[in-house]
Order: sequence, then C-alpha cells, then structure tokens
Amino acid sequence: MISFRQSLAILSGVLSILALFFPLGELNGEAVSLWSDSGLTAFAIVSMLASVAVLLNRLKGLKADLVLVILPHVGAWMLLSRLDVADQHLASGFWCLVVSSWLMAWLLVDQLSAKKTKTPTAKRFYSIVVPVLFGVWLLLLWELVVRGLQIPTVLLPPPSMIGARFMASTDILWADFQQTFLKAVLIGYILGCGSAFIIAILIDRSPFLQRGLLPIGNLVSALPIIGVAPIMVMWFGFDWHSKAAVVIIMTFFPMLVNTVAGLSITSSIEKDMMKTYAASYWQSLIKLRLPSALPFVFNALKINSTLAMIGAIVAEFFGTPIVGMGFRISTEVGRMNVDMVWAEIAVAALAGTAFYGIMVVIERACTFWHPSFRSSR
Amino acid sequence: MLQSTAINTNGNATGVAEGTKQGTTGQAEKMDTNGMSPETGTSSQEQSANSVINIKGLSLTFETNDGPVHALSDIDLTINQGDFVSFIGPSGCGKTTLLRAVADLEQPTGGELWVNGVSAQQARLNRDYGYVFQAPALYPWRTIAGNISLPLEVMGIPKSERQDRIARNMELVNLSGFDKKYPWQLSGGMQQRASIARALSFDPELLLMDEPFGALDEIVRDHLNEQLLRLWDKTDKTVLFVTHSIPEAVFLSSKIVVMSPRPGRIYDVIDCNLPRDRGLDIREAPEFLEIAHRVREGLKEGHSYDD
Repeated sequence: MISFRQSLAILSGVLSILALFFPLGELNGEAVSLWSDSGLTAFAIVSMLASVAVLLNRLKGLKADLVLVILPHVGAWMLLSRLDVADQHLASGFWCLVVSSWLMAWLLVDQLSAKKTKTPTAKRFYSIVVPVLFGVWLLLLWELVVRGLQIPTVLLPPPSMIGARFMASTDILWADFQQTFLKAVLIGYILGCGSAFIIAILIDRSPFLQRGLLPIGNLVSALPIIGVAPIMVMWFGFDWHSKAAVVIIMTFFPMLVNTVAGLSITSSIEKDMMKTYAASYWQSLIKLRLPSALPFVFNALKINSTLAMIGAIVAEFFGTPIVGMGFRISTEVGRMNVDMVWAEIAVAALAGTAFYGIMVVIERACTFWHPSFRSSR
Repeated sequence: MLQSTAINTNGNATGVAEGTKQGTTGQAEKMDTNGMSPETGTSSQEQSANSVINIKGLSLTFETNDGPVHALSDIDLTINQGDFVSFIGPSGCGKTTLLRAVADLEQPTGGELWVNGVSAQQARLNRDYGYVFQAPALYPWRTIAGNISLPLEVMGIPKSERQDRIARNMELVNLSGFDKKYPWQLSGGMQQRASIARALSFDPELLLMDEPFGALDEIVRDHLNEQLLRLWDKTDKTVLFVTHSIPEAVFLSSKIVVMSPRPGRIYDVIDCNLPRDRGLDIREAPEFLEIAHRVREGLKEGHSYDD
C-alpha cells in the first residue's frame, strides 16, 4: 500500500522523466527538445532524483524540507522565464514540468501541515506559511496557464498584469476604497448592526414587538438587493448615503435574529441566580445576558462584514458619482479593461478579508471563555 | 394521637418517649399530614422569637398538560435561627420545590410562608438569603474573584469592600490564590466551593442549598461536607439543605425533614443532636447509624422505595 505522499512523489517523478522525452515547445514551426534547454534539463533530472528519494524514504526531516522548498520554486522561476521567448508555443514537455513542480510544492505543503510543532511561535509560523504557500502556487499556476496557453487577457488576465495595473493606479483604487469602504460599508455596517442590536433588546423586553417586528425583519431581509438598490438611490441620492442604506438593509436582519437568539440562551439556573440577588432587568441584562449572547452577536458581525461589502458594491451599479469600487467595476468592464476590474476585485477581497479578520480578533478577545476558544490559560 | 406534638416541629419540643436515648439521638415526631388541622398550636409558634422560617399549610400545584401535579401538599414547618435542616426524599417529593418556594423562585398556590417574618418575595428583595444551586453556574467570562463579586456588584457594594469580602470568602472555602483563574480551569469541587463563596459573599443569615454536592464524587463530597460543617459551626447561619444522601443528611444536620412523593409532603422530622465538632468518623458511631436507620425507615414507610 502506498501512501498519499508516495503517490505524489511517483507522479512528480514520472512527469519529470516524461518531460525529458516530450518536446518543450515549438519555435518557427520546429519542435524544440527539452535537452536544448540545459537549465530545465537539470531541473527535470534533479526533481526526478528527489522524487525517488522521497519515495524510498531517504529524504526526511530538515533535509526534505530544504529540498522541497528550493526545488519547486527554482523550477517555477525557470518555467516562468521561458514564457517570454517570442514566437514559441509551449508543448507537452513544458506542462509536464509545470505539473511536476506543482506536485512537489503540494508535497511540501502536505509535509509542513503534518508537522507536530512544540512552541507556539513555531505553530504560528506554520499556520502562516502553509496558506501563503498555497496562495502563491495558485497565483503561479494561474500565471503559467494563462500565459502558456495564451488565453486572451479579456477573458482572464495573468496575475502579473493585474499586479502591474494595481501598482500603477493606486490613487484611483484608494479613492474608490474611500468612497465605497470607508463611507458606504463602514457607516452602513455600524448603523445596521447597531440599530438591529438595539431593536433586539427592545424585542426582548416586549413580546408585542417580538410578534410584530421579527416577521417584518424577516420580510425586509428577503427583499432582493437589486430591487432595493435603485429605490435607495432615488431616495438618498447618488452619493454614498444610498449605498449605506442598502448595507443597513442587508446587515440588519442577521444581527437582529442572532442577538434575539443570543439573549434567549441563558439557562434557568443563571436567571434564577440573578433573581435571588434581586437584580433589576438592566443588571441581569448587562451582567448576564449580554455577555452570554456575545458569541451569537459576533457571528452576525462576521457574516455582516462580508455582506456589507457585497451590498455596497452592487448598489453602486445603480448610479453613483464617478468614484467607487462598484462604479469602477461596471465602467471598466464596459471598456474591456479587465485588469482594472481584477485590481478592484483584489482590493475588495483584501478589504473584506481584513474586515472579517479584525472581527475575528475582537471576537477572540471578547469571548475567550467560550468552549470553542478556551485554551489553557 | 400525637397531634399536638406532631405539628410542633421546633427542636425544643419534647414529646414522644419512644426510642430516645438520652443525649445521643434526637426525638422523632411523626407527622400525620392527612388528618391534621394546620391551625393546631400555630399561633404561639409564629411569635417564636428566633424562628427564621414559618410554613403553614403550604401547598403548590403545577398545572401541566397532563393535569395538575401536586408538588407540595399541606406543608407545616418551622425552622429556627442556627438550625441546619436537611430535606431528604426521593425525586419528585417536592424538596427542591419547597426550597425554591422559600427563595421566591416558585409561587405557592396555598398556605402561608414567612421568611424572617416577611413574605418570601420581600425576603428575596431584602437579599435575606444566599442560594447555592445544583450546578455551580459560575459565569465563564468572569474570574473566580469576579464571580464572587457578582452579587456584591448587583447589590451596589463599593469596590474596596468588595475586594475585602472576596478575599475573606475565598479563604473561607479554601480557594485563596485562585482568584485570577476562570471557572473552566477549576475542578468540579472547586467550582462548587466558589459558588458557595459567592452565596456567602454578601453575608446572608440564611443559606439555601439545593443538592450542592450532588454532581460530585464521594471523596470530594465528604471533604466538602466537613468544610460546610465547620463553616456552619463558625458562622452560626441557618442552612436549608436539600439532599439525596442519607449519610450526608445525618452528618450535616441538626434536623432532618423526611419527605415523600405524590403528593409531596413531610413524612417525618428527626432531630439530630450529634456533637457540633464532629468529624467524618462519627459516621461509624452507633448514634449516627441509629439516626440513619430512622431516616431510612421513614423513607420506606413514606413509600419512597416503591416503584
């Protein structure tokens, strides 16, 4: 029985051998053999040997890490540099090497994520390195495939092109970010989550509101955003106010439902206890029920951090001043500047992830006591 | 019949001659709850200067979908200052319900209930009692010190005094040095001790304990029993203690109330005057065993062992 690691090594080795016999590409109608490229030939042979070593369990520990860190990345760098040769069509040998080095990087990620770490710093190091490696290889393969197969940039630009566009237009991206994120998203998010939180407490106090408001909240959350957004633009104008309104509508209900649910989870013993202290409604709310509702509240805050982003960007499709991430995406698509669209998508992805990440950090600080976060303090 | 003594559950009642070994065991007064008139001899007791809890003809019925459940039926009981009263009986005999009624967590459907001479609700609003629940119910987001501080914060006690009281009560339950720990970092026994410290923190004269050690293993339980006994001896508080365990009840109590189910009622009240400075080894003493035997007999006659 061979392990998953061994099968990765076998596949990688076989592909390196095949690369030696398949053509690297085609130049002016003539096939180019891999042997004419001494760098890639050396890479193919070394990676074949490395695969055999992994397969026979000769390559272990730090040595294995070192080989697997260096080899696939040197290979990827060489393969990237071969993309630029003019008039060359890349062929099967090239793709064999791409897949082979990708498999080796996979082996590395597999090896690193299986590491048993002792110190917390080492643990943190690996928890960062593994996803970074994963992301880097995603970008590498994207770049190699898009440029190697000469896919039209309108369909999918390579990451290098998106990166170059990103660096060249940081001023526009920053203006869009300010307009969409710092104004519409943040203000809408704070108002939406804040008002939902307050109304959840009102609902908790009065059964009348519970019967009346919860169904209406449910109804509002079911409204299609592309129906609501143009109406909000008519009501609140082209600027960020209308987008903030859409964000409020989107974030309100998840926050409301979660807070109401969170406020109702305190056990009867805990409530009885507050009663034996003759605690007032507000005392038991602040000292007992709100803290125990926090895990629910943070769930809503996390869900809403991404919902708010989507809401604001989509709302900008229905009329904006000439700035904003949604505006930029819709106009640049029309002008076939797909790289700019992707740059905006990258900004949105980064901002959304950072927003979510900040919420997670705050959550950990506030609900460290919850069973899902408890550590041996 | 023994009606005149039957209603008199004060410890000072001398009544039945049967089975009293002078100085070793207490007296048992049989309660005949069926044919008894609650008025008998009550008015004099109500005035009893040192009585903390007066219960007369108390009944409590829960309305459920399957019809009414008589959790408590015609309960008469007087508890004096400094008594340690255990309530023992099988599940469903209403002992916890009785304790909760005293704490104003359940509303009786009939009869009278006075705590410190006022209604149960007024006593609760006066913060006359500390209640220890079956589970520690410590808030996981508060440290042990923070949990003990909780009732003090609710009651508006200034910070400097809070710290004083926290330290004092943590020492009382042998938890000094654990103030910065969180409840989930402590063992079950330590958590329950913290919850006792929390109930004691605002220094109530009356302590209501609902099977506080029920979820603990026997070794920890023995240890906590001894500590609780010391505490009671030191502070002279009145304790109402619900339990399932006969040895625990006999070991701790100055008075044992045997209850029987369907409907929940008091079957017997046994005085239990073991020396105050008793240790765990008293459980092998003949007087201890005799009281335990009487409790068991009471439970048997009250149909507690029936299916």
